[in-house]
Amino acid sequence: MSAPSPAGSLRAAYGDALVELGGRDPEVVVLDSDLAGATGTARFGERFPTRFFNVGAMEATMMSIAAGMSLGGRPVFASSFAVFAAGQAYNAVRQSICYQRANVKIVASHGGLLVGADGATHQMVEDLGLMRGLPGMTVIVPADAPSARAATFAVHDRPGPAYVRLSREDLPTVTDGSFAVGRAAELRPGADLTIVAVGALVARALAVAEELAQVGVSTRVLDFASVKPFDEPALLRAARDTGAILVLEEHSVLTGVGALVAATTAENYPVPVRRVGVPDIFGESGEPWALVDRCGMSMERIRDEAWELLRLKGKAP
Amino acid sequence: MGEAVPADRIPSLESQALEIRRDVVRMTYWAGSGHPGGSLSVADLLAVLVGDELRIDPARPEAPERDRLVLSKGHAAPALYAALALRGFLPRAELRSFRKLGSRLQGHVDRGTLPGVDASTGGLGQGIGVAVGMALDARLSARPSRVYAVLGDGECQAGTTWEALMAGGHYALENLVVLLDRNGYESDGATEAILGIEPIADKLRAFRYHTLEIDGHDVRQILRALATARETTSGPTAIVARTVTGKGVSFMENDHTWQARAPTRAEAERALAELGTAGEEAGL
Repeated sequence: MSAPSPAGSLRAAYGDALVELGGRDPEVVVLDSDLAGATGTARFGERFPTRFFNVGAMEATMMSIAAGMSLGGRPVFASSFAVFAAGQAYNAVRQSICYQRANVKIVASHGGLLVGADGATHQMVEDLGLMRGLPGMTVIVPADAPSARAATFAVHDRPGPAYVRLSREDLPTVTDGSFAVGRAAELRPGADLTIVAVGALVARALAVAEELAQVGVSTRVLDFASVKPFDEPALLRAARDTGAILVLEEHSVLTGVGALVAATTAENYPVPVRRVGVPDIFGESGEPWALVDRCGMSMERIRDEAWELLRLKGKAP
Repeated sequence: MGEAVPADRIPSLESQALEIRRDVVRMTYWAGSGHPGGSLSVADLLAVLVGDELRIDPARPEAPERDRLVLSKGHAAPALYAALALRGFLPRAELRSFRKLGSRLQGHVDRGTLPGVDASTGGLGQGIGVAVGMALDARLSARPSRVYAVLGDGECQAGTTWEALMAGGHYALENLVVLLDRNGYESDGATEAILGIEPIADKLRAFRYHTLEIDGHDVRQILRALATARETTSGPTAIVARTVTGKGVSFMENDHTWQARAPTRAEAERALAELGTAGEEAGL
């Protein structure tokens, strides 16, 4: 197994990308709701104070204000924690941003269980379902810092609403940063099994794929960072080529990427699909990765599900 | 207070408000649904805003330097459509399509479908936030655009309304004017019986708005208040317009059941007769 890459902060990558964008595009403005130090937007605020608005702790209205600022075409970034950006603000995102086709880029940090110690109130595991259900919304889940940087530029360049979900935890670098909207990146080729993964669990997908390779199982790994629009051709190619798909996401399995993959393959090319993610529960306080393990996304669980799929294919004892 | 109002503008705006009221009755009758009460109460405010105050041009509806109107109480859509038709933004014949499949005249206003509509509203408590964003954008772009947000009093119970008002005061948005259609009623009854919002003018002053209280059915007072707002450069202006729900139709006035129900043909005929049109002229 290759040496693990150094971990990088997705939030810092976002903040740095914003500063670059601010220099390149004088129209860009950034809003935050009293979490600028945590989301990464404070860097932009220090560099471009007249184009930075910390509107205070009011996420829903921040989204309406962002929409109003953007209706003439100005790109507006709005950041908060995922639970507030997607949850607290949901109907403002729906009506003020998506229905108005506003040019607002919501970049939400602290997505998923990896918030850890703060507990369930701050662990947003339903946001991808909420956001991908909105007409016209682009939904991105970068797996590492280079992808977070690339996604920031990509949503800036793409007119209309977008939601980008970042992890609070630093994550190992697993991509070459060549993220593109609508494309699934094949991080590892394989013929026996496909693992579709998003965000923080992409690294675990690669680790399990490497283990399986030691015993002769060839596993394709797709980084599904572009959740909407998603790469349907790459998904159906994987279904055809490998005949089984395992989905890893740090999100509720009820409405997340697993649900998307299962529905898409069932309609177009049915193959066995297993979903590893958060079951129908809230999280709790704890060390971030221990919590992820406890809630059903441990390496052991991922291995078990991979072997279950191989058994269903008749490729395992 | 304010500049002198040329007397010749007033009869014309009063007749436009009357025409808007007639169209509200017609449109809600044709649609078989809608919100006549709150559309009739806001008719004079919209007649003056769309017919006189706003620097807008139907030939260039997307002009960046235009003034913006956010009808936060998006259920008063028929009154806005009628006002826009009078200003030449759409053919009056199109008013018949209100709430019908394929129409540009959505049940609650939608900026994407009809020129002249600057913001999509309907879910209450969001319009003022959008207006604050527009005013910030205009300031940042050094555009002369002024932003007018028309609020209903029911949505003054929504926390997001006050969040956005707080932001408008904090940023001292001199290009923002908030007009409250204070008709006293919401869907289920009188605001003061359900969740009182008074003393509303004091609250707006506390939120750093230069606050005026007027009779929202008096065109002269509306014009003067808007002129005062234009001269107010220290921060945003709030105009509390005291109005009557269902104004102009006796059996709809001060009756919350007309908040969200359409008139029957007989009721529409009676209403239009009270508004000075009958028979063929009623246009049903």
